[in-house]
Amino acid sequence: MSHDQFEVLSNQAVAVCAAAYFLALLAHLAEWATARSVPATATAEESGTASAAGGGVDVLERVDVDTDRVARFARIGVVLTTVAAGVHLVAVASRGLAADPVRVPWGNMYEFTLTATLMVTIGYLLLYRRFSLDWLSPVVTGFVLVTLMVDVLLLYTPVVPLRDALQSPWLVIHVIAAIIATGAFTLGGMCSALYLVKERWPNTREGGYLSRLPGLDALDRMAYRTQAFAFPVWTFAALIAGPIWAQHAWGRYWGWDPKEVWAFITWVVYAAYLHARATAGWKGRAAAIVALIGLATLWFNFVGINFFFGSGSMHSYA
Amino acid sequence: MVSAGSTTEGHGSTTEGHGSSTGRSETTGREGMGSAPADPGAAPLAPREFLRWAWRQLTSMRTALILLFLLALAAVPGSVVPQEAVDATKASQWRENHHTLAPIYQKLGLFSVYDSAWFSAIYLLLMVSLVGCILPRTRVYWKALRARPPAAPRNLSRLPEHRAFETSASPEQVLERARGALRGYRVVSDVAEVSRLAGARTSTTGGEELSLSAERGKLREAGNLLFHLSILVVLVGFAGGALLGYKGGVIVVTGNTFANSLSQYDDFRPGSLFKPSGLAPFDFKVTDFDVTFIKEGREAGMAHKFSAGLDYRTSPGAATRHTRISVNHPLTIDGTKIYLISHGYAPHITVRDATGAIAYSGPVVFLPEDNTFKSWGVVKVPDAQGPSGPEQLGLEGELYPTYAFTDATGPFSAFPDDKNPALSMLAYQGDLGLDDGVPQSVYALDKKGLKPILKPDGKPLRVDLMLNQTVTLPDGMGSVTFDGMSRFVKLQVSRSPGDLVALGGVVLALLGLLGSLFIRPRRVWVKVRRDGGGPDRRTLVEVAGLDRSAGGDLAGEIDQVVASLRGAPQQEPVRDEEQV
Ligand code: HEM
Repeated sequence: MSHDQFEVLSNQAVAVCAAAYFLALLAHLAEWATARSVPATATAEESGTASAAGGGVDVLERVDVDTDRVARFARIGVVLTTVAAGVHLVAVASRGLAADPVRVPWGNMYEFTLTATLMVTIGYLLLYRRFSLDWLSPVVTGFVLVTLMVDVLLLYTPVVPLRDALQSPWLVIHVIAAIIATGAFTLGGMCSALYLVKERWPNTREGGYLSRLPGLDALDRMAYRTQAFAFPVWTFAALIAGPIWAQHAWGRYWGWDPKEVWAFITWVVYAAYLHARATAGWKGRAAAIVALIGLATLWFNFVGINFFFGSGSMHSYA
Repeated sequence: MVSAGSTTEGHGSTTEGHGSSTGRSETTGREGMGSAPADPGAAPLAPREFLRWAWRQLTSMRTALILLFLLALAAVPGSVVPQEAVDATKASQWRENHHTLAPIYQKLGLFSVYDSAWFSAIYLLLMVSLVGCILPRTRVYWKALRARPPAAPRNLSRLPEHRAFETSASPEQVLERARGALRGYRVVSDVAEVSRLAGARTSTTGGEELSLSAERGKLREAGNLLFHLSILVVLVGFAGGALLGYKGGVIVVTGNTFANSLSQYDDFRPGSLFKPSGLAPFDFKVTDFDVTFIKEGREAGMAHKFSAGLDYRTSPGAATRHTRISVNHPLTIDGTKIYLISHGYAPHITVRDATGAIAYSGPVVFLPEDNTFKSWGVVKVPDAQGPSGPEQLGLEGELYPTYAFTDATGPFSAFPDDKNPALSMLAYQGDLGLDDGVPQSVYALDKKGLKPILKPDGKPLRVDLMLNQTVTLPDGMGSVTFDGMSRFVKLQVSRSPGDLVALGGVVLALLGLLGSLFIRPRRVWVKVRRDGGGPDRRTLVEVAGLDRSAGGDLAGEIDQVVASLRGAPQQEPVRDEEQV
């Protein structure tokens, strides 16, 4: 295939995977809508023998059927998400093949966002079974879908070769690490956000979405785990690989360029998050808020900086 | 959390992984200031008491947290306001456009946030807090490192995870199995030893009680300490580089040479402890410059690969060597690095005066203004002979590497390569202002004492030249010739001796961080008690655990230990009351 054909393929793959994410989101919404008629404990144990609130055999049977349907919708959603992730991967890979010469597909914001969203999906799918993440499904699929749409509508750029400054193995290392960290921070941020929501409305309707979230402790732990994984990766990306590359390209490790400033801010805020979790009076709610601030600075750095500061940054290409 | 000791003392209060911040500061306060017992009669805020209080506040976790926030906040303005050290041109442009704000910003240090007093104050406080935090923690850790796993607390059921069951195995067998199950732990189960430490108790039912203590993950705290220490190393490296090093920029036209001495730099930024004798005595000649512009497609006009050839000598007497530098591939000479930053054109311009003598001749650096390499430059001719006595001439205007013209756009450069170069400059006569002692930029004309040279029709004269053309100035003032094209390279020469220290610090910090985040300190205790007498005596087993970090799956691990202790699952577990 020619480079141009790869570019077309990439664009089509983005459209297809967005459609698949959309269907997955619908499946998960159907899952949660159906689940409203099933007491939380029933689905939690994946069985119909729950103490169906004193109802007769009819009720039990209905609960049985609904429980099955909930599980089926959940499965459909995850399968669709897996398919979407596969197509998403094709979109990313063919984007790199579309360039002449072939290069890593991380030359601009559009490509970065495309890959970071893929990383969110992959992270979610990898952790799905181990942590029974079905409660996270609507959030992940919804987030990825919306972000992809924004990416295509606002950030799309045709394929261009990498500038000289970008042609370094350190770019590849730096960007891979940054993308992995971004994906993980985003997943962690979702958990922190759900924590705040659940904490705010602890007594929701039996069967509703919130009542099916894990307990506050579990949400907090999940948020911590993903973010504690992302933090060292980010440290490596932003404070080691980035500076080494900058040293090669521009002759300085660190120059307080806006992009670097915000990478530093993100790092400090997440350090504050880790400290907050270990400080009485800051655990839980306050820590979750700090984590979300960190996530906001992270995404601002990738998208906002370029819009607001434009060419002010030497990094204005990514 | 911090003091390994605190968890051994009062198990009842350690149901969470971390102690509270107040708990921490009390510990460090006690540890750090133990030598000065408070005088009971002293006023509440006697100086010493106050100092002690202030120190405790400063080194508390809460303060560290707040300082971290302040640091993040304080870094923001530097990304909004142009920074002197990042882009001086932009900073001065900004100043010109904001007359009222600029002086205020200047006072606040907003043009150099990262050297400003307030930014430094925040991170220095953070560092003091850090030192005040690490030192006592290191001491506590050092002691804890050699301590054995603490003996089982009296009441295991108060720990966050607790299981109890009965078995027919003997207590010794159970403990032996426990040893096997707790692989990776440091285990103390020497019956006599543990019993002695625990103050061997006889249970109310008359049976003998044995216990086992296991601990793992002590390295977590070491990782955490290493991480925090490394932050100091990074800072020292940074500071060292900034103080001892320098950074300079120079534009060199191909064919010219550069010797590494202060006078040769266009701009030079030394660290405050830098000495000019620290300049390595190398020199080099820029032999050529090579660039490929992409010719077609969307990215037409982008410089694809560019590199400069250098003939360099490490010292005046040394042998000449040849090398090429390009983006991402600098030249390093004795720790000094030479980077190729950018490039542009230097047209050769010759100015003849009224007498026909050459008043100026040579390549003139024109600075690129956009991607088409339309460039801007200035020629200053201080010593020309006018028709009536000495005169100074000035030219300023554009260079179009590939000249093109449409009525709609006027003149423009169609391509960055020099396929059809043209100059278009306005000419001035009068006083260039070179003699009044004020240093001026070589890229701007000081028009105070200059007036435009006019054509016979009264309009300002534009000197439009294609390559090898000559334009004659009116009134017999002389002529201007466009003789040829050279290229220039903009180089950055820098030395920052602390960089490797800083980099090493970051790498150490990362290692420490990994240990600190992923090593899970954990303690497990097993207690066995023989009940009753006779052949069907039962052994009552209790297993309990304490996770000293967040995020671990303690319950799962305790369950596994219980499973392997029970062997065949004949008995119903006697579940902990809290679990039912
Ligand atoms: C330069 C600023 C600092 C940075 C960037 C920083 C960063 C971090 C990070 C990333 C962690 C997480 C590692 C972990 O969870 O074990 C951490 C933990 C910790 N930091 Fe800092 N820190 C700083 C200053 C301080 C100061 C001044 C103190 C003392 C008051 C302190 C005390 C602690 C403690 C006690 C922990 C362990 C918390 C736990 O067990 O989870 N740090 N720090």
